[in-house]
Amino acid sequence: MFSEADLAAIWLTLKLATTVTILLLIIGTPIAWWLARTGSWLKGPVGAVVALPLILPPTVLGFYLLLAMGPDGFIGQLTRQLGIGTLAFTFQGLVLASVFYSLPFVVQPIQNAMQALGERPLEVAATLRAGPVDRFFTVVVPMARPGFITASVLGFAHTVGEFGVVLMIGGNIPGETRVVSVQIYDHVEALEYAQAHVLAGSMMVFSFLMLLGLYGFQKKHFFAGIR
Amino acid sequence: MHLLNHLLVTALFSLLLFNHVRAEEVHAAVASNFTAPMKQIVEQFEQSSGHDVTLSFGSSGKIFAQIQNGAPFQVFLSADQQKPEALEKNGLTVPGSRFTYAVGSLALWSARSDFVDDDYTRLKQGEFNKLALANPKLAPYGAAAVEVLSALKLREATQPKWVMGENIAQTYQFVDSGNADLGLVALSQIMHNGKIKKGSGRIIPGELHNPIRQDAVLLSNAQDRKGAQALLAYLRSDKAHAIMRAFGYTTE
Repeated sequence: MFSEADLAAIWLTLKLATTVTILLLIIGTPIAWWLARTGSWLKGPVGAVVALPLILPPTVLGFYLLLAMGPDGFIGQLTRQLGIGTLAFTFQGLVLASVFYSLPFVVQPIQNAMQALGERPLEVAATLRAGPVDRFFTVVVPMARPGFITASVLGFAHTVGEFGVVLMIGGNIPGETRVVSVQIYDHVEALEYAQAHVLAGSMMVFSFLMLLGLYGFQKKHFFAGIR
Repeated sequence: MHLLNHLLVTALFSLLLFNHVRAEEVHAAVASNFTAPMKQIVEQFEQSSGHDVTLSFGSSGKIFAQIQNGAPFQVFLSADQQKPEALEKNGLTVPGSRFTYAVGSLALWSARSDFVDDDYTRLKQGEFNKLALANPKLAPYGAAAVEVLSALKLREATQPKWVMGENIAQTYQFVDSGNADLGLVALSQIMHNGKIKKGSGRIIPGELHNPIRQDAVLLSNAQDRKGAQALLAYLRSDKAHAIMRAFGYTTE
């Protein structure tokens, strides 16, 4: 059913989405925690920056990333000083771009879950002499677990569905930057509609099942305040 | 006196009305490589003819698919001959309207000055990070680029460093932003008034690839549209040819 090139694209996409999801859970959790707890005036600006990819067209993000990753861009200068060359047209470059691109899909569900906890469980834990780190890992994380699961599913699915940014910074290299969405685009552009249907249809089924599973899960855990 | 005024106003008014009826909206879909010359050509055309032209740019493949699915374009300027031919076979064009409006050239180009010399030294010795070309599966300029690399016996050696743009405009962007040291781009993208406008580059001799003949066609929904017909005729004029040559195209 799938050609070898299709399979390579699928494998690459899963690898990208997994890497990005893990990184986003690590990066997104402290951001979400801070956003959920802070009273600082910076909450608005930081929240807005995190949410930007929700409304920015991928062309804007892709364009600026291409310039920033170039030898004269600020990311490019940094990576060249670190001796890893420039990031455009590499898997690492796609990971970096996807982390930006999928950030709100991970931060917001976790933040919502943490806000829904309120002060009470933390105060109770504090009276039981739990330190801040202890409180975070033994109270906040388990109680916000549905938020983390929603975040993982959305972050993963959104990265799988990424197209415009990858097209603009990827360079369509088999096994390195040619993900499923780009492979589908190539099939369509080359008028290979039969092959396009196989991949595009699989993508529809996959995305539907991901969301169906997520909504089923959320219904069960509605009490945890995840919307 | 009053009557004369009245007549004059009526005459002026009908002249305006007359003009308004004659001026038409023309919607043309144009392959990305021809973006810059087409904008200049259309500017002149609009001034001399009074017609209004709306331009849509994209890869020929995308435009082709859109026309097949009922896009409201009247004129199609492709980057190749195959797609207008295929539309002709499917009965979507006005018979006999297809012609070659320009023949394109390729250039090896870098955004860095003094990077490209006449002997393809960097390309042969592998002294570059990436070589950008248009996807040969999708873009005529990409197919020609692969022919050039084969003719230079550099295809296998360079392939691991290829990065492919979805169309020739994106290929240009990869090189222009400095992310790829080298690229095989359309000469029209880097040439302005007969000179290479930025970085360093060399024109690829035409014998290294099949000629990139670019065909234009009148689409069947524009059968009776005078504006669309006039635009196609204008593409064959000396004025339009002069603009094309300034961008590095050859004309027939």
